[in-house]
Amino acid sequence: MRNLFIVAGKEFRDGLRNRWVLAITLVFGLLAIGLAYFGAAASGQVGFTRVSTTIVSLSSLAVFLIPLIALMLAYDSIVGEDEQGTLLLLLTYPMSRVEILAGKFLGHAAILGVSTLVGFGVAGAVIAAFGSVELLGELVAALALFILSAMLLGWAFIGFAYLISVSVAEKSRAAGISLVVWFFFVIVYDLVLLGVLVGTGGQVSEGLFHYLLLLNPTDIFRIVNLTFFEAARTQAGLASIGADAAFHPALLIGSLLAWVAVPLGLALWIFRRREI
Amino acid sequence: MTQPVIEMRTVGKRFGKLTALDEVSLTLGEGEVLGLMGHNGAGKSTSMKLILGLIRPTSGELKVFGHDPGGSAANDLRLRLGYLPENVQFYEQLSGFEVLDYFARLKRIGSGVVTPLLERVGLGHAMHRRVKTYSKGMRQRLGLAQALIGEPQLMLLDEPTVGLDPMATRDFYSMVDELRGRGVSLILCSHVLPGVERHIDRAAILGQGRMLASGSMDELREAADLPLVIRLRTSRSPESIAETLRGHGVLARLAGDGRVVLKVPVPAKMAVLRELTADPEVADLDLESPTLESLYAHFDGTLRPGAGAESVPAPAFDTQQGVSA
Repeated sequence: MRNLFIVAGKEFRDGLRNRWVLAITLVFGLLAIGLAYFGAAASGQVGFTRVSTTIVSLSSLAVFLIPLIALMLAYDSIVGEDEQGTLLLLLTYPMSRVEILAGKFLGHAAILGVSTLVGFGVAGAVIAAFGSVELLGELVAALALFILSAMLLGWAFIGFAYLISVSVAEKSRAAGISLVVWFFFVIVYDLVLLGVLVGTGGQVSEGLFHYLLLLNPTDIFRIVNLTFFEAARTQAGLASIGADAAFHPALLIGSLLAWVAVPLGLALWIFRRREI
Repeated sequence: MTQPVIEMRTVGKRFGKLTALDEVSLTLGEGEVLGLMGHNGAGKSTSMKLILGLIRPTSGELKVFGHDPGGSAANDLRLRLGYLPENVQFYEQLSGFEVLDYFARLKRIGSGVVTPLLERVGLGHAMHRRVKTYSKGMRQRLGLAQALIGEPQLMLLDEPTVGLDPMATRDFYSMVDELRGRGVSLILCSHVLPGVERHIDRAAILGQGRMLASGSMDELREAADLPLVIRLRTSRSPESIAETLRGHGVLARLAGDGRVVLKVPVPAKMAVLRELTADPEVADLDLESPTLESLYAHFDGTLRPGAGAESVPAPAFDTQQGVSA
């Protein structure tokens, strides 16, 4: 177990050193403050908008960005060490393969988690300080839920990245597959679902449709942050169908957790069985 | 004799249809140095991985320090083991110190060993520079320092002298001698290791997954039955010398540098030497025992169909131009 934390610590320090943490934090923070300030520009005014509007637009942008950042951060975690020969060396050290993979995952999860917390947290503080927030409690609750779901979304895609990374032999392949995975979950899945809905004239069972949305972590993330602001649902496109279903937030968070656990579990399983 | 450090008995390893290792037996005792030689794909890497417990044998029995290296005792065994993989590239963004510190902590050893180890391999001046700035030789030394972490009792070094300049190679071999003196067992793995003969106790030559030959240098020389090479500075022609030494089975030819090169069967060595030293026209002579390189070429040549031991190009001698005596 000690080695797991040594591996995680190295991974996290690497993230600090090669500026990943800084870059992600800045991107998230500026994105949040920018959207809060210029979010109402379309309607002809500049200045901090309502918290609900900010969170909704933030989540619809973050849903593209977070999976991409997570995949870029971690796609080469195993295959990269394999290519440079250090993986073979690590395997001859007194630790199990589970410790290596779980340690690296923990490090990457911490990089993304800290960046998400600090980036969006600071943005929230700025909005609270300079915006005209009527209900501070609402902002804090909405932002907390947003940050929690954003972390889980990020970790789910780090899990995908690990699954890819243990399954291929070359870094470039891992990068290519990561892009395809991103494209599928963030764009294609919703389009296909929408196509089915329109094509069948809405004949698909509503219940089935709701559960189909749970099969995509990005949709779950959208629903989590939409259901919090019932009022904003008109702006939300496909995910508003999910909001109608009124999934309990605990179920949604639980589903996101499953989306973290399943790809990571699969990655561990493949990595343990792999011949070196 | 104490328990052998490595004991391989008719070990085989198959990957699907491919037989990577076929009935290989090998033992390594305490404080012994073994040179493991062979082409790419001969089974060197597979043997190393088996000993390291990274893969399990399909057949046969393998014990390291008396235990199954892939079994429940693996983690304890790995604390006593040092490994230098071939072509390893360490974390470029870290300094040499940080790389070694990371591996030392993974081996449950404090950071105190890091600086002395780096100084020992001659990286003391560069230990706080990033690995990115290291030359190939410096990276190789960093790898060696890594293998030395925790004073292992068994070290497996894959292509240890690649990228090292002659001075560093000499330092490396004196380190091998020192480790051997302290009872550390070593396996040096290579295609060819020039000058390694004096530093190894035994050599094992692998080819196509099989053990072609193994034993001490003397045993290998005997088994190969390669002729001794004698170089003469003389005014006599190769033909006349061959005529004089008729009956000893000697081949003679003129080398490019004007010397006469004799290829002498080992049993005739002393008789031929007596004749040559008695000859006033022989001004000087050099003796060359078959090198590990030529032994390797000989045993490797036995693999190729149609290529008998005779037609294997021994580096020091060209049979085509020989004059039979």
